[in-house]
Amino acid sequence: MNWIDVGAIEDIPLRGARKIKTALGCVAIFRTGLQEVFAASNLCPHKGGPLSEGIIHGQSVTCPLHNWVFDLNSGQAQGEDASIPTFPVAVRDGRILLDGTELAKRSAA
Amino acid sequence: MKQKQKIVVIGAGMASGRVIENLVETALDDFDITLFNAEQRGNYNRIMLSPVLSGEKTYEDIVTHDDDWYATHGVNCRFGEHVVRIDAAQKTVAGQNGPVSYDKLVIATGSAPFIIPVPGKDLPGVITYRDLDDTNAMIKASQKGGSAVVIGGGLLGLEAAAGLAERGMTVTVVHLMGHLMERQLDEAAGYLLRRDLERRGITIRTQASTKAIIGDGRAEAVLLDTDESLPADLVVMAVGIRPETRLATDAGLDVARGIQVNAQMQTSDPDIFAVGECVEFDGNLFGLVAPLYDQARVLSQTLMGQGAAFVVKDTATKLKVTGCDLFSAGDFADGEGREDIVLRDPARGVYKRLVIEEDRLIGAVMYGDTADGNWFFQLIKDATDIEDMRETLIFGPSAQGGDTVDPLSAVAALPRDAEICGCNGICKGTIVDAIEGGAGDLGTVRATTKASASCGTCTGLVEQLLQVTLGDDFQMPTAQPVCGCCALTHEDLRRLIKSQELKSQEAVWQELGWKTRNGCHVCRPAVNYYLLADWPLEYRDDPQSRFVNERKHANIQKDGTFSVVPRMWGGITNPAELRAIADAADKYDVPTVKVTGGQRIDLLGVKGEDLPLIWADLNKAGLVSGHAYSKGLRTVKTCVGSDHCRFGTQDSTGLGIKLEQILWGSWTPHKVKLGVSGCPRNCAEATCKDIGIICVDSGYQVSVAGAAGMDLKETEPLGDAASEQEAIDLTIAFVQLYRENAKYLDRAYKWVAKVGLDWVKSQVVDDLNERARLIEAFELSQSVYRRDPWAEGAKAAPSFQPLADLTLEAAE
Ligand code: SRM
Ligand SMILES: Cc1cc2nc3c(=O)[nH]c(=O)nc-3n(C[C@H](O)[C@H](O)[C@H](O)COP(=O)(O)OP(=O)(O)OC[C@H]3O[C@@H](n4cnc5c(N)ncnc54)[C@H](O)[C@@H]3O)c2cc1C
Ligand code: SF4
Ligand code: FES
Repeated sequence: MNWIDVGAIEDIPLRGARKIKTALGCVAIFRTGLQEVFAASNLCPHKGGPLSEGIIHGQSVTCPLHNWVFDLNSGQAQGEDASIPTFPVAVRDGRILLDGTELAKRSAA
Repeated sequence: MKQKQKIVVIGAGMASGRVIENLVETALDDFDITLFNAEQRGNYNRIMLSPVLSGEKTYEDIVTHDDDWYATHGVNCRFGEHVVRIDAAQKTVAGQNGPVSYDKLVIATGSAPFIIPVPGKDLPGVITYRDLDDTNAMIKASQKGGSAVVIGGGLLGLEAAAGLAERGMTVTVVHLMGHLMERQLDEAAGYLLRRDLERRGITIRTQASTKAIIGDGRAEAVLLDTDESLPADLVVMAVGIRPETRLATDAGLDVARGIQVNAQMQTSDPDIFAVGECVEFDGNLFGLVAPLYDQARVLSQTLMGQGAAFVVKDTATKLKVTGCDLFSAGDFADGEGREDIVLRDPARGVYKRLVIEEDRLIGAVMYGDTADGNWFFQLIKDATDIEDMRETLIFGPSAQGGDTVDPLSAVAALPRDAEICGCNGICKGTIVDAIEGGAGDLGTVRATTKASASCGTCTGLVEQLLQVTLGDDFQMPTAQPVCGCCALTHEDLRRLIKSQELKSQEAVWQELGWKTRNGCHVCRPAVNYYLLADWPLEYRDDPQSRFVNERKHANIQKDGTFSVVPRMWGGITNPAELRAIADAADKYDVPTVKVTGGQRIDLLGVKGEDLPLIWADLNKAGLVSGHAYSKGLRTVKTCVGSDHCRFGTQDSTGLGIKLEQILWGSWTPHKVKLGVSGCPRNCAEATCKDIGIICVDSGYQVSVAGAAGMDLKETEPLGDAASEQEAIDLTIAFVQLYRENAKYLDRAYKWVAKVGLDWVKSQVVDDLNERARLIEAFELSQSVYRRDPWAEGAKAAPSFQPLADLTLEAAE
């Protein structure tokens, strides 16, 4: 594990998201509850919609372009044979930490 | 005879009380105990101070160890005496009245209340809530009546607030966070708790921050960040606690946030132990008694030479305010791989949420019915595999395989005076009486009560009342619910938000029995719209419940860039504006500049990060958002009219601009487009707009419900206006009626087709009082929303940037 501090939890609105630039594409950080945070690819497998711009409900996000719904736990798209990669993320003392090793490994794969 | 071990204990609180009990009960003869306490008394049940405050109990009821007990067990008590120093090298402690030596020392000093460092914090009349003296001070203050402000909406603050309210004070709770007890409760349970406290007269201010306590010689008011001041004869600070570690720090022990101990409760000095809220173990602090009792057991065993180790377990919270039944346990936040099960029963005011991870229950929050709390808590602690009972888990141990919540319970729960039919002002009671008196179907109810006989949007609710009252004797027509999250149609939802006065999303989720935590992309934007349309002052638009275009105030393109369309009032522009648009197009590398079908200019392909910057530039030239993205007012298309055109009868351009300036910024169920043409030649294509005005010699023909999108439809005449002002009034009143009644995402023509043009005319044209009310209601809402979202967005520029840039890191 190589935890990288990417920002404060308050920087993301409740039920909101922000994206993070990485060399292998953008990662979206979603905040669903006060302390509940998820990380996944920002790219919709349908036609490349930016998922960080979607509506976040429960533990899911809806793609802003054509309304595919993704479970943020598994990355699975509802009713579609598609999914997005998800990444380990943690919140400690109000800071959001993303696992750099996992990120590099999975994006490269 | 065996030499007795000399044990000195600092602090006679709940943790050390349990340690001493264990020692004297099993090995009285092995120990010689000296007990210091800063308070004038020995150990009492601190957690029962709230019932003492509210008057349900007295101090005598909550004493754990009285003088007799200490005497019988040979404990040397030094109460009312602070320990001022520990000398670890000499193995002595210094009390205010002299030193005493020890073989083993136990530090059990508990916590000290945190005091926020604001001016006025030391004024008389400002109290914390920790011990009996504080409680007595509050009781004394409350005898004079007056108002109290409690700073902090956590467990302690709310218990203090409830107790003071019980004693007749006017109480306001000021809480920094968005909902009460945010560390123990989620938003939904926080909402219910707030509702119950408000019902007993306590005012709750969330997201409120204290700037100062003001008063001449004693506290008189609390000043908030917003410069609002709340009168306060008494101020209770209950914003948190921190471990009381001063003695340990001075003695050179290892102290982080608390006094650091190992699993045997031993500090960095082998002869010094610590127990209770003052310790830190493995990074954890403790604020509830259950783990402290575990620590006490471990420490007494350690002192008796038996092996024992402390482990951190989950804790459960309850609030000791009668009538506020809540329970929370485990971890209900922060999770990869977690799943929710939510149950809401609005009729009983019940909310339950379970959090599951890998077939184990890891957290539970419940409100209203907490009877199963301990059962769930046990499942959490035992990490029981719940896969087999998943389907019925939320119904608790008794109802394995049990029932589900009735979708009709929201209607059943309405009071008799809840208004069902807004048009005719008919309440639930009247309708139920009619049904019980023999009106067995919708037609008869309409005929006898007038309910649902006008615009008809309450039909669904009337049918549900028939069902609730008649049971199986009534066959419900099947209606399409908003989405899978609830059982209500849009029309029912709107009506219930009005009649039950639901003013927040949490109120809707709870009172109307939502099956999900906070809706989905279908229902949440609709609920957000209904709330802001019905309660413009109490509820504010929630960007997180809006489709991206309305959150970013720009249209998203297929490649993730955005388009920017500044407003051109009535289609009129000038060289300065055009120059500013051209400059912005150059500066931000805009690939496409297009004239739109709505008489303005579209800058297509702007990067998301650049939006606030381009807005700021356009703002400087006086250009504001054209709302080309919103379910709100889009354009008012005009022709040149009497100013230039040889056929023009009235100033169509001027009227268009006036209308656009009145209507802009307002949110509507779907987009609203207007056209104003100067004569029946209709160059502004007014007769295919949501509202079209044709100017004629005698005045203005206002027509509505046109469309030229997926459907093509000519407008229908609403009414003729003799003056420009009357044309404006008719337009505003129509827009407001649409705002108040239409289903979210119904264009005006679809809504008019449902409710009928005649009904619309009766409200907007014929009934002058109603017209005036509609205009006033629209103005009230516009006092909040008639402003440029770009100007605000430009100020929040950082939030449009990526949260972080890891391009370098990941490349390694
Ligand atoms: C820019 C513009 C086309 C143009 O280049 O001229 C346009 C562009 C879009 N229109 Fe339009 N409409 C534009 C004038 C029209 C007109 C003509 C008019 O307003 O006079 C119509 C027919 C009149 C009407 O609305 O009835 C029109 C009927 C639609 C519809 C069908 C609406 C309907 O109820 O049937 C949609 C779809 C929707 O809103 O759900 C739509 C939706 C869209 C969206 C917002 C699609 C989307 O959701 O992404 C397009 C955004 C493009 C972009 O990225 O900026 N657009 N659209 C026009 C902007 C006008 C403006 O200045 O604001
Ligand atoms: C109003 C209220 C309601 C609560 N409700 C609940 C509840 O519902 N459930 C729950 O689990 N917990 C509740 N708690 C928390 C619970 O009371 C504490 O967790 C518990 O009392 C801590 O025990 P302790 O022995 O560590 O400290 P304490 O009980 O605070 O005892 C510490 C003692 O040490 C003394 N002391 C400190 N410094 C010195 C010194 N230098 N010299 C001599 N003496 C000193 C103090 O005066 C104090 O008497 C509540 C607390 C309060 C105040
Ligand atoms: S509306 Fe009539 S007056 Fe106006 S431009 Fe068209 S034709 Fe001329
Ligand atoms: S691009 Fe995401 S749903 Fe089409």
